[in-house]
Amino acid sequence: MTLLSVKDLNKRFGGLHAVNGVSFEVPQGVIKALIGPNGAGKTTLFNLISGTIAPDSGSVHFGGAPVQGLRPYQTASLGMARTFQHIRLFPKMTALENIMVGRHIHGKAGFIAGMLNLPFTWREEKNIRDKGLEIMDFLGIADQADAEATSLAYGQQRVVELGRALACEPRLLLLDEPAAGLNMRETVEMGKLITRIRDTGITVLLVEHDMTLVMNISDEILVLSYGQKIADDKPLAIQKNSEVIRNYLGEDDA
Amino acid sequence: MKARYMQVLLFVLSIIAIQLATTLTDSAYHLTQLTMTAYYTILILGLCMLVGYAGQLSLGHAGFFAIGGYMSAFLTTHDLSPYKAQASVALLADWGVLTSRPDLYGGSLLTVNPWAACIAAVCLTIVVAYIIGGPVLKLKGHYLAMATLGFGIIVYRIALASSSLGAADGISDVPPFRLLPGVEITGSSSARVMNYYVAWGGVTLGMVLLLNLIHSRVGRALSSIHGAEDAADAMGIPTARYKLKAFVLTAVLASVAGVMLTHYNGGIGPSEASVMKSVRYVAIVAVGGMANLWGALIMSLLLNFLSLRGCFGVYDDAVFGGILIIIMLFVPDGLLRRKVFSDIKGLFSRNTPGEET
Amino acid sequence: MGLDLFFQYVVAGITYGTIYAVVAIGFNIIYNTTGIINFAQGEFFMLGGMIAVTLHEFMPLPSAIIGAVVITMFAGALIEILFIRWLKNPSVLRMVMITIGISILIRDMALYIWGNGVKALPYFTGTSVTSIKLGGVFVSPQVLWVVGISTVMVALLNAFFNYTLLGRQMRACAANRTAARLCGINAKDMVTLSFMLSAAIGALGGCIVSPITYVQYDCGTPLAIKGFTVAILGGLGNSTAAVGAGMILGLLESFSIWVLPAAFKDVISISILLVILFVRPNGIFGSADAAKLKEF
Repeated sequence: MTLLSVKDLNKRFGGLHAVNGVSFEVPQGVIKALIGPNGAGKTTLFNLISGTIAPDSGSVHFGGAPVQGLRPYQTASLGMARTFQHIRLFPKMTALENIMVGRHIHGKAGFIAGMLNLPFTWREEKNIRDKGLEIMDFLGIADQADAEATSLAYGQQRVVELGRALACEPRLLLLDEPAAGLNMRETVEMGKLITRIRDTGITVLLVEHDMTLVMNISDEILVLSYGQKIADDKPLAIQKNSEVIRNYLGEDDA
Repeated sequence: MKARYMQVLLFVLSIIAIQLATTLTDSAYHLTQLTMTAYYTILILGLCMLVGYAGQLSLGHAGFFAIGGYMSAFLTTHDLSPYKAQASVALLADWGVLTSRPDLYGGSLLTVNPWAACIAAVCLTIVVAYIIGGPVLKLKGHYLAMATLGFGIIVYRIALASSSLGAADGISDVPPFRLLPGVEITGSSSARVMNYYVAWGGVTLGMVLLLNLIHSRVGRALSSIHGAEDAADAMGIPTARYKLKAFVLTAVLASVAGVMLTHYNGGIGPSEASVMKSVRYVAIVAVGGMANLWGALIMSLLLNFLSLRGCFGVYDDAVFGGILIIIMLFVPDGLLRRKVFSDIKGLFSRNTPGEET
Repeated sequence: MGLDLFFQYVVAGITYGTIYAVVAIGFNIIYNTTGIINFAQGEFFMLGGMIAVTLHEFMPLPSAIIGAVVITMFAGALIEILFIRWLKNPSVLRMVMITIGISILIRDMALYIWGNGVKALPYFTGTSVTSIKLGGVFVSPQVLWVVGISTVMVALLNAFFNYTLLGRQMRACAANRTAARLCGINAKDMVTLSFMLSAAIGALGGCIVSPITYVQYDCGTPLAIKGFTVAILGGLGNSTAAVGAGMILGLLESFSIWVLPAAFKDVISISILLVILFVRPNGIFGSADAAKLKEF
């Protein structure tokens, strides 16, 4: 079953054709990696899917429904959650509170209910907190629940951000360079985490530069170069694809 | 019982203690300034939520205060008796919106009653806040500051230039506001104690509502918008709508405060809409620690009271300007925190952590 | 409306427009080197006028004006050194607050020193009733002084930023502070310099226009808002466009008297600011792509 289907997506920035007629599909329950040299349009494609920017033309279908042109908060409420290349945790909030923000779309309490502290919000708050703790437990950072998120070690901040996205209970998890800035041990741990997340049934689409990580965890790999798709295949086939090697692996430090 | 309600209880006890102290020391005249302080505090608490928690600077909240004050002052003093025969006025009278009362010269005035005027003022504020807030809150940084400042100046200029609003003199002879039978907002000295409790009761109510809000799902969402708007957006929070709602909510608080203080003082003048007032409110929020409702409350109580007592003399504005500079230079996170001293020390050491923009 | 009145409005519009452009250029100079909008910009203007009036009691007009410009320039430097120079990476909110605080302090200081009365320098040539016939229109010579001096000032500024080493260093800081620092430019001194320049320009503006508009301790804030409107209208940081934008605002304001009482003049110009901020925050002359590169 296809969860995400991108057709003929285009985005131009002035003279630069950042994403040029890209089409691909992400089946339910896989880890799909998006790779390509710097400036290949990976992050742009990512932002087009999540709604941070709107495409010039083309379509994005998520769970069968068109989502192109929707704002990020709308795609989020449909079940897409993302992390950021440069960590974007909420400062002056604890790690747990950060993750609790991720539960936003599963709550109902609005301004009035919040101000009046209505009884139904007590239960809701408790559920949000419990779920947050459960996720921290799953990620192995439960002991950091009350620490200020932005004061944590860099690697842990990445995990908290991952937890915040997981708290949305997404159908599709978009990870923008989840291993950026992590050391080798942390990268391996991150890979294991992502695999475990996939095993709970969440589909993962990730942009990543670390080839070892990509080859180890991905079920499918999409290769971009200068805004165009040049390959979309299983990891082993990608490694043998001559065009990919010429365009990317041969030039970059694979 | 949650800790925040214990704090509220403690606060209520201190309010009672202050009143008793003024009775014991035979200085009940202090209650007048304390009551006025309370109304400013309602505005400041709202502003604290907006600036400190939701991270949206407003240099125009005195404008909303003035809209509330002027609207209710105008409606409750504008004599409608010459228009009695008109169908619309007659209809309003039928609905019980109008009341007649004797004027200074023994004649009779037909005006809108204070409750209706208050509701009209709040409605007007909501409309204005929605119209202004929609586009303004899309702006950030200097642009947001200038736009809200501009809004404040527009309100000030309109108040100053409109003869129907009394121009430079403002509107006076605003009647008392009967909230409940026997409970009136009025400046008469016989009702001083009651008004003190009404005003601080209002503050307590506002405080409880806002404390609840910041500890709720919405409060968390607002803080997250402050911290990282794009990430909040990606977590499914409709940031524009939340910012607008918070803005309107605080505008309403400011407006209600304006209505009440106008009835208490029996009038309002254009200085209530001045930029300096808006800046002063922000300065108080800043001293209180930005994202700190109790800090804002304590600082508002202290500084507004001293200012209203005339302790700063001709340097009134300068004091608040100076406070603003000193706080922003040395302790941008506010005074009422535990870490203040280490932060000040940090300023003079070499490696201070980078700051958010 | 007779043709005479029409030209009167045009002349008034151009005069005020020039002043707004001068204030806007003051904003731009500081914005370009620091990314800060100096909310105390209008106060430089007021200080210039006030100091010149005081100095004129002891000395002839030209030296009073020069003295006022120099003193205000050093006041600008002092402000930068005291309040801005040593801050590490301050947030926008902090800078807004600090410059607002500074403007309040300067205003209150002026109130303390000069009182709340209006003050003015004498007309540079002739008196308030002197007028020159210029192509069928009577114009006060002071208007010519205002337009003339402002034109020379803009030309000199252009030359300074384009042809002198110092000016180019300042532009380098504007383009990329880190890179400029790596090239051995002392970015902090450039910021001080930009405050001095901005203060001097504001002060000069205050001097030349004071015979027509008078100065008062609290005349800075409205001017600052209008100068900011012009700066935004022309695209923040673009001083040449600010001149054109200044004319637009000056004329609009001048002709608004047709529609609304003069007391609403400020309401008109600030409403224009709001509309521009909502619709085209990058200015009517600016490009949207260029605005995105700015740090907002």
